[in-house]
Amino acid sequence: MFKILEKRDLAPSIKLFVMDAPLVAKKARPGQFVILRIKEGGERIPLTIADYDAEKGTVTVVFQEVGKTTRELGTLKAGDFIQDFVGPLGVPVEFPHHKKVLGVGGGLGVAPLYPKLKMLHEQGVEVVSIIGAKTADMLIFEDEMKAVSDRLYVCTDDGSKGRHGFVTVVLKELLEQGEKFDEIIIIGPPILMKIGAEITRPYGIPTMVSLNPIMVDGTGMCGGCRVSVGEEIKFACVDGPAFDGHKVDFDELMKRLATYRDEEKISLERFHGSHECK
Amino acid sequence: MPLNKSKKKTPMPAQKPEVRRRNFNEVALGYTEEDAVNEAQRCLQCKKPGCIQGCPVQVQIPQFIKRIAERDFDGAIKVIKETNSLPAVCGRVCPQEEQCEQRCVVGKMGEPVGIGRLERFAADWERAKGVQVPDLPAKLSKKVAIIGSGPASLTCAGDLAKLGYDVTVFEAFHKPGGVLVYGIPEFRLPKAIVQEEVEFIKKLGVEVRTDMVMGKVLTVDDLFDMGYEAVFIGTGAGLPKFMGIPGENYLGVYSANEFLTRINLMKAYSFPETDTPIKVGKKVAVVGGGNVAMDSARSALRMGADEVHIVYRRSEEEMPARQEEFENAREEGIIFDFLTNPVQIIGDEKGWVKGMECIRMELAEPDASGRRRPVPVKGSEFTMDVDTVVIAIGTGPNPLLIKATEGLELTKHGYIAADENGKTSREGVWAGGDIVTGAATVILAMGAGKKAAKSIHEYLQSKK
Ligand SMILES: Cc1cc2nc3c(=O)[nH]c(=O)nc-3n(C[C@H](O)[C@H](O)[C@H](O)COP(=O)(O)OP(=O)(O)OC[C@H]3O[C@@H](n4cnc5c(N)ncnc54)[C@H](O)[C@@H]3O)c2cc1C
Ligand SMILES: Cc1cc2nc3c(=O)[nH]c(=O)nc-3n(C[C@H](O)[C@H](O)[C@H](O)COP(=O)(O)OP(=O)(O)OC[C@H]3O[C@@H](n4cnc5c(N)ncnc54)[C@H](O)[C@@H]3O)c2cc1C
Ligand code: SF4
Ligand code: SF4
Ligand code: FES
Ligand SMILES: [Mg+2]
Repeated sequence: MFKILEKRDLAPSIKLFVMDAPLVAKKARPGQFVILRIKEGGERIPLTIADYDAEKGTVTVVFQEVGKTTRELGTLKAGDFIQDFVGPLGVPVEFPHHKKVLGVGGGLGVAPLYPKLKMLHEQGVEVVSIIGAKTADMLIFEDEMKAVSDRLYVCTDDGSKGRHGFVTVVLKELLEQGEKFDEIIIIGPPILMKIGAEITRPYGIPTMVSLNPIMVDGTGMCGGCRVSVGEEIKFACVDGPAFDGHKVDFDELMKRLATYRDEEKISLERFHGSHECK
Repeated sequence: MPLNKSKKKTPMPAQKPEVRRRNFNEVALGYTEEDAVNEAQRCLQCKKPGCIQGCPVQVQIPQFIKRIAERDFDGAIKVIKETNSLPAVCGRVCPQEEQCEQRCVVGKMGEPVGIGRLERFAADWERAKGVQVPDLPAKLSKKVAIIGSGPASLTCAGDLAKLGYDVTVFEAFHKPGGVLVYGIPEFRLPKAIVQEEVEFIKKLGVEVRTDMVMGKVLTVDDLFDMGYEAVFIGTGAGLPKFMGIPGENYLGVYSANEFLTRINLMKAYSFPETDTPIKVGKKVAVVGGGNVAMDSARSALRMGADEVHIVYRRSEEEMPARQEEFENAREEGIIFDFLTNPVQIIGDEKGWVKGMECIRMELAEPDASGRRRPVPVKGSEFTMDVDTVVIAIGTGPNPLLIKATEGLELTKHGYIAADENGKTSREGVWAGGDIVTGAATVILAMGAGKKAAKSIHEYLQSKK
């Protein structure tokens, strides 16, 4: 059992947990994730490690309530326990030689982007970042990102804060103005990563994305998380989740993410039936 | 002379095919005491019993059968447990027709003695009355770490605990048992039995820690730093193989590992009561011919598929699945397409599987393995109309732990190289089961765990 030490509401339907998980915290590195299961009978879902503190033995996760499991997770409070919290999984990202990096985070993608940029910032790399959300109140991690960025752009789809428009608009502008980066990291919904990677492609700048296919074990034993990267099939849980955005078949990823839409609906409706009318 | 001269095994009560094909309850129901005594009386009590030679762990078969014939069931299970710590499992899933029963003389004139059935009976009899925990020796205050919790690991852990070691099992999943929980379905091996076996080794003092993906959470080096003096690796052969044909990423294509894990470990058969979904369509094709293919096909049927095919590129004779499971599958209505090989999977515009193109095969001259090599028949391509494909063509070694462990010599196929006692190239590290041999059997994995436990004991005794 793993204890929730702290809970914060970051935005409508986006929540943050600080978990008591000393072993995970000790080994965690930017780019890695955990798989959790709330209780017996629950499903295993992956969440990115948004922050960690080896000394305190804590791991921070940020999640958006999109379906049954994340909503159920959202009903838990500080002091509650969850059954399983496994990690750190996936390959840590490393940027040994970079001088200047651009981070682009859309929506919830800002949370997984943050630990990478934080590491780069601590390494003395110049960090420029662009973060965005649908509306001002959906924006997360603004202060955290400010603290690790040399320059930060904020966008909202509806213009309620910062630039009016998508993060990709600012990305495009910076590149058109001739700004150079050793690498660009784009994290967000698959469609955003796809469009972003297309924008950077003509400039030949290495572009890292972090993929979110459906996972079960997270250890490379089921192959459910397979993605096409270039000519190869990769298991995102053990070969990723970070990949070269110029090689990823995003259309296939997006299709595969829809595999269980019908079942997810049933599951959520059943959950509402048992919860909301109490 | 035997008291029962029947040429046939005493029949095993079982659920009827038309009923069991739609439920996950155990198919074979087990012998009654009368059945067991009756079957035990078929044994000739050979002076030089072939059956023992056929058993990888040398269960003293005539001795235990004699006790059953004498209604000394306590005595029978004691004999079995001298060499086999998981008889309730082995009695159910051992390929007896290639092992103990293959060498039984009675089998020369009819069916062999039902050794597996009798073993299962004795084990179930003991379970029903409550398994006694043996008296344990004084603790040696030496710690041993076991990675993985499949049959190899459980056996190794149990044996070491009985010698007085402090044993910790580290399992990646949230539930211990390895393939016994995530692979072999409930209808062949009830999970309650595996659970009881795990509870038993816990009673021996073994600590079982789940959610420990070793190589990530802790490495082998960490274990030595934590004061463990020996490590046994029993991580199995869990890496799924795909066919490498076009269309394998369409929605509705599963590896057998994913398919069975969703159903068995995650209990997708109870969805939406449980949360893990699975999509089993109306017409399912399972590719492969081993136990894993049989289990996948029979599970698909139980998940509600109308029609389930097993597509195998060789012929019935070459099929590696257990005979009993092949027969069970056929009785349940699984359709076997032998000498058929998939060429590509066809999808619709949304990416869902809608068919599988196959080619007919014929058998050419025997190859190096002695099996007749299947070769495609030109122009024989045809399309099967299916909406789900499960790929059960084998597995490889999962590199996760291996990559994170320095100094481990590997075989050319990436398995861990170990000697006959499970010793690896690295001091203090043993390995056994599927991670050494490649996908094999429960009993061979147990045998490897046993040998390693003995070797670890010798090592730690001489080390001081
Ligand atoms: C490596 C990785 C890191 C992730 N990090 C985060 C994170 O930090 N914060 C966050 O909010 N979300 C993250 N996700 C996505 C998160 O796992 C899903 O939102 C969650 O599983 C949805 O579960 P649900 O039951 O609430 O919703 P459902 O209604 O069941 O699913 C909603 C959608 O989520 C996807 N999904 C469903 N089940 C899974 C699964 N087992 N694995 C992956 N995706 C699934 C599907 O596309 C589905 O349509 C990450 C995913 C991956 C693979
Ligand atoms: C569907 C199916 C049906 C089968 N049917 C039969 C049958 O009828 N008869 C028969 O004799 N055999 C059968 N087998 C084969 C048999 O189950 C295996 O040979 C046997 O289970 C191997 O045992 P093992 O202990 O080596 O490993 P496994 O049972 O594979 O267990 C390995 C364990 O290690 C864990 N692990 C892996 N990596 C790590 C890590 N890095 N850290 C921590 N833990 C880890 C895994 O999660 C797993 O729990 C079948 C196999 C399958 C898949
Ligand atoms: S362990 Fe397996 S091979 Fe040995 S006697 Fe029992 S059923 Fe036969
Ligand atoms: S070979 Fe057959 S008949 Fe002979 S002892 Fe073994 S089980 Fe009995
Ligand atoms: S989640 Fe199973 S292999 Fe990646
Ligand atoms: Mg869900």
